[in-house]
Amino acid sequence: MALLQIAEPGMSAAPHQHRLAVGIDLGTTNSLVATVRSGMSVVLHDENGRALLPSVVRYHADGSTDVGYPAQAMQSSDPHNTIVSAKRFMGRGLRDLPDAGSLPYQFADAPGMVQLKTVAGAKSPVEVSAEILKVLRDRAEKSMGGELVGAVITVPAYFDDAQRQATKDAARLAGLNVLRLLNEPTAAAVAYGLDNAAEGVYAVYDLGGGTFDISVLRLSKGVFEVLATNGDSALGGDDFDHRIYCWILEQAKLSGIKPQDARLLLTRAREAKEDLTAHPEVRITAVLSTGEMVDLTLSSEVFTEITRSLVNKTLVPSKKALRDAGLEVEDVKGVVMVGGSTRMSQIQHAVGEFFRQEPLNNLDPDKVVALGAAIQANVLAGNRSDDDWLLLDVIPLSLGIETMGGLVEKIIQRNSTIPVARAQEFTTFKDGQTAMSIHVVQGERELVSDCRSLAKFELRGIPPMVAGGARIRVTFQVDADGLLSVSAREKSSGVEASVVVKPSYGLSDDEITNMLRTSQENAKADMTARALREQQVEAGRLIEAIEAALHENGDHLLSAAERAEIDEGMASLRSALEGRDHLAIKEQTERLNHISETFAARRMDQSVQKALTGHKLEELEI
Amino acid sequence: MNIDFSKNHFELFGIAPAYQIDPIRLEQAYRDIQAQVHPDKFAYLSDAERRLSMQWATQANEAYQTLRQPLGRARYLLHLNGVEIHEETNTAMSPAFLMQQMEWREAIGEAKSAKDVPELGHLSGQLRAEMQVQQHKLADFLDRDRDFAKAAEIVRELKFMEKLREEINQALEALEA
Ligand SMILES: Nc1ncnc2c1ncn2[C@@H]1O[C@H](COP(=O)(O)OP(=O)(O)OP(=O)(O)O)[C@@H](O)[C@H]1O
Ligand SMILES: [Mg+2]
Repeated sequence: MALLQIAEPGMSAAPHQHRLAVGIDLGTTNSLVATVRSGMSVVLHDENGRALLPSVVRYHADGSTDVGYPAQAMQSSDPHNTIVSAKRFMGRGLRDLPDAGSLPYQFADAPGMVQLKTVAGAKSPVEVSAEILKVLRDRAEKSMGGELVGAVITVPAYFDDAQRQATKDAARLAGLNVLRLLNEPTAAAVAYGLDNAAEGVYAVYDLGGGTFDISVLRLSKGVFEVLATNGDSALGGDDFDHRIYCWILEQAKLSGIKPQDARLLLTRAREAKEDLTAHPEVRITAVLSTGEMVDLTLSSEVFTEITRSLVNKTLVPSKKALRDAGLEVEDVKGVVMVGGSTRMSQIQHAVGEFFRQEPLNNLDPDKVVALGAAIQANVLAGNRSDDDWLLLDVIPLSLGIETMGGLVEKIIQRNSTIPVARAQEFTTFKDGQTAMSIHVVQGERELVSDCRSLAKFELRGIPPMVAGGARIRVTFQVDADGLLSVSAREKSSGVEASVVVKPSYGLSDDEITNMLRTSQENAKADMTARALREQQVEAGRLIEAIEAALHENGDHLLSAAERAEIDEGMASLRSALEGRDHLAIKEQTERLNHISETFAARRMDQSVQKALTGHKLEELEI
Repeated sequence: MNIDFSKNHFELFGIAPAYQIDPIRLEQAYRDIQAQVHPDKFAYLSDAERRLSMQWATQANEAYQTLRQPLGRARYLLHLNGVEIHEETNTAMSPAFLMQQMEWREAIGEAKSAKDVPELGHLSGQLRAEMQVQQHKLADFLDRDRDFAKAAEIVRELKFMEKLREEINQALEALEA
């Protein structure tokens, strides 16, 4: 800030200090961090002026890591310890990875999620992703000159609950306060829509390194409403590389290939693919560790031919998304192309043909997601700009529960606008049954075995009754991050039992704390310092929020006694903040939160009333 | 602490409870409310405010989804007037309607096994037209005659037709995959 702000005597200081917040595109191949600076969304560069950070992490025996370009340079010579495309393994078990056998890693199956064996021990994809996020956090804090209050992290729209939870865990592990998980195509739509003042129905076609998303949105008067989304969270540029790799093996008659040679050929395949966007044919050469030579020429026709089925795999979800949105191709005003893989000419052709129009390529497909995320982060951090816009996103996959015979009863349908909650009643199956197990699944298929299992939990303490006597109400709540929580309650004969689950693959808070504790750079002293800092930030945020609220309508909505109670709570928190006891600060923060609940509720009621006044008047004219 | 959920969905959006509503006004009211309560507006505020905002936004979504679909709106109006549909248990239909259902099923089945995508699309269009006819009747029964028993019958029939349409969509999806 260029000018120092001085508050008028008797007034609280203006709470509009710029808070440092970033948007992070955690990509399969490349990651980026962006922020809003003087009203403009900009990508932050590394000390060498590079925007992209290759999503590659190399582990050393002493536990230290290289991240980005230096790691990428070593991927062929040190394939086991150099992890690329970790995003593909997020929230995935070994059996979810059909191509695990052809990847140059040593996988270890761990409960919930695979791990990768390295010289520094087994690493989960969450830990690998956290290394990437830490580098981006450092980059941002250095370049912005302060600590971040939070970050918006993007995820593929088609990510399921397990993958989202894993991403959030990675961010927490990297010491980031997650303001929101934002869907990648939605982030792109924000950047595109605001830039071009677009109105109407748009499709965002996002083909990156490892994932494919298609979202259909309606942009109208500052509202970005996602109508439907679809995709494939295991389809991207990597698969095109893999097709070329297989073609090389076949043409050069190679078999029983070593991991480092596999990595080398995959790298050559990717280079060839990227060169083919500018040239009609490319030469592929390599010398393997066995001394075997590869020297082949790949033409763009052959490339198109061997990847045709991959291209088609993106059109099926596109059709589904349109159908779910209740729209026809003609209704789509523009198709925004996102992701490095949309540079391939066969993709441009296929998309143009399918949507019967020239796709929109006027934004940098590598950066648009991060730029959109930064704009959203700026709003979420409370650095409101004048242009007030609203994002309405959806959940990509249906959520349900296992019922008799291994069938799924859907509770929340795909493409429901979030946040969303839905409850369903179930009953007991046997006389005297006192427990019920609840299995939560995600997916579109009818059979439990064809859907993703998210969590299993038991509701105990049901009073014994005849079969069908109990009333068990299961409630699903999906929040604005697209994350699910489930609660169940038995409510007959006045007895209530209640349980809230977090899906089983997610890391518990204890696990995260443990990981933080064991990681080198977080020695014990550091941990306490960090806990203190986090509590201070949290407390400061609360005080600031309440002050602003009091200033706005405290006199109007609170009695003198209520006002005094809040003032007292603020004073207590302020005095706790003078000390360095993070537990005391936490306690006072919670107390103030509690004291201010009624005030918050009244403010909310009032703003809803305000929103409707205009309509009420119109209603009277009828 | 709880939100005042005693408001019904129509009251929440400040529109008169009727089957025939102005969809543009409904949408505008929904957007105006979301602009006030959506969690994105509260991400940096206190826990209490964030929780409330999620509850409000959830409620606004629920109300909007219910009212914007004709079937949901009709069902909800009947509920407000003390008439429950009991779709799952009450399956008594007029013989004429049941006959027609069987014909539909047959036609869909045939198109499905013949993998006839255009025919499925055609059936879907026909079904949509018939549903519109039913919806006009619904408007008369609910708004003009206030004959809730008749309206409930149509709602049950529409529910059947909706299932047929889902079946067609699923068949189309399976053929395209
Ligand atoms: N000129 C090009 N021609 C073809 N493919 C390209 C070109 N440039 C980049 N790519 C491919 O784009 C992919 C990376 O795109 P991008 O950076 O958008 O993905 P990402 O964001 O890391 O992945 P995701 O969004 O799937 O998590 C890689 O597969 C890369 O090979
Ligand atoms: Mg991407």
